[in-house]
Amino acid sequence: MPAHAFFFYIFSLIAIVSAIMVTASKNTVHSVFFLILDFISISCLFILIGAEFLGMIMLIVYVGAVAVLFLFVVMMLNVAQQKNQWFGAATGSKHIPVGMVVSLIIFFELLIVIGGWKLKPDLSNDFINLSTTNITNTHSIGNVLYTDYIHLFQLSGMILLVAMIGAIVLTFRQRSGLKRQSYIRQISREKNDGVELVDVKNKEGVKIDV
Amino acid sequence: MEYLNILFSETYKILFLLLPVLVSVAMIVWLDRRIWAFVQKRKGPNVVGPFGLLQSLADALKYIFKEIIIPASSNKIIFILAPIVTMTLALVAWAVIPFSEDFVLADINVGILYIFAISSLGVYGIIMGGWASNSKYPFLGSIRSAAQMVSYEVSIGVIIINVLLCVGSLNLGDIVLAQENIWFVVPLFPMFVIFFISALAETNRPPFDLPEAEAELVSGYQTEYSGMMYAMFWLGEYANILLMCALGSILFLGGWLSPLDIFPFTMVPDPLWLVIKILFLFILFALVKAIVPRYRYDQLMRLGWKVFLPISLIWVVLTSGYLLYFDLLPKS
Repeated sequence: MPAHAFFFYIFSLIAIVSAIMVTASKNTVHSVFFLILDFISISCLFILIGAEFLGMIMLIVYVGAVAVLFLFVVMMLNVAQQKNQWFGAATGSKHIPVGMVVSLIIFFELLIVIGGWKLKPDLSNDFINLSTTNITNTHSIGNVLYTDYIHLFQLSGMILLVAMIGAIVLTFRQRSGLKRQSYIRQISREKNDGVELVDVKNKEGVKIDV
Repeated sequence: MEYLNILFSETYKILFLLLPVLVSVAMIVWLDRRIWAFVQKRKGPNVVGPFGLLQSLADALKYIFKEIIIPASSNKIIFILAPIVTMTLALVAWAVIPFSEDFVLADINVGILYIFAISSLGVYGIIMGGWASNSKYPFLGSIRSAAQMVSYEVSIGVIIINVLLCVGSLNLGDIVLAQENIWFVVPLFPMFVIFFISALAETNRPPFDLPEAEAELVSGYQTEYSGMMYAMFWLGEYANILLMCALGSILFLGGWLSPLDIFPFTMVPDPLWLVIKILFLFILFALVKAIVPRYRYDQLMRLGWKVFLPISLIWVVLTSGYLLYFDLLPKS
């Protein structure tokens, strides 16, 4: 067995097992960690097929940013010890029909993909010829993304921007009666306007303006 | 048999790289403490060995023989995994650092992305340690540090884009070779300054050491750790600092290139130049630690998102505009 295939099977085994463990583990934080393991082994698979740029971007975006936010939410919401037993005592669970529908859809999608592959095995060679040319796949992705598909690329950027603004608008609330810090005022404070010496008269006291 | 040969030669190379890195991490801890002491007019560690050079070794021995205490209510597997993750990630990234034109363990096409990815994974060691300790202060510290590292990574990424625009390749060797005429620290000086400060924040060094802030969080995510596990966190942290110094010297200070291509400078072997540059950056790191007071958390976030990110984004536009106008963009 060539070393390539050996590593492929190792990484895909880890990916599948950890994907199962994401749903099966009882501790929510553990399932996020299994999700991270899944992402990492999938990026290893990307690197194995020679798509090192995609693999690294997968690591940076999904593991370095998205999964950190996942972990944040799961840890902060304190749902870590939820008893969600998918296997075993899950009789009459409401989630099963929804899960069945989703998994059926994914199954048919996989069938379609495999069918297309059987129908025209050399489909991928028509527009990808990475191995024949000398440029790295970073260059070729850049070429495709910024010339042929520039409008779609910009459009997806716009969609992401709208989603980001939407999230900010939804969570933003202007609270009244809040003391805000102004850095310029803090830095430009002088001794003269910070401290004031007052003569206190006996039995009269001082009136302090706030 | 062929695989076995490859395996042995690669293991030999990896050991040849990792042992010097680990030894220099130990030395750098000593150097850090010495500089810190000198700034405060103290002597620092000067008893063990000549000039106290063996202090880190003595510390390591002490840590090895200390008992490892695992809190009863902690999540044991993740608690043990956290320091291992920190240290492994800190060492793994050294694989792509080029010490000279052909002295590099893995000369991969996307070297800079690899380092960026590995350093963005570094946050997991801290989150795992903080969460698994199942205690308030470590958790607070780890949440702070996650937010801090994620935000400063953004500006480091944009700064790297600046350099890549001038190079046209993601390979670290190519990045160094592109600086043969002029080091990028000259045309991109503001980016170098921002990179340096972001690297301080990324590695949780003072003045941005909020994750461990002894005064308020009793050392943050490290509170519950003891013995060798604590030492591993430390080693990982300092290996990360060295890595950031190496990245800074490769991106801006010309890596293994000598400053001038004339006689006394050409005598020095290439890897030594990189080591000298790393040391220079590290001494700056140590001086900053000794001189600057700690930032407040909201100031830290403001600095990252409202100051560094806009400046480095504007600089990307400026750099690419300049390169485009004078037709200096690298041809692939």
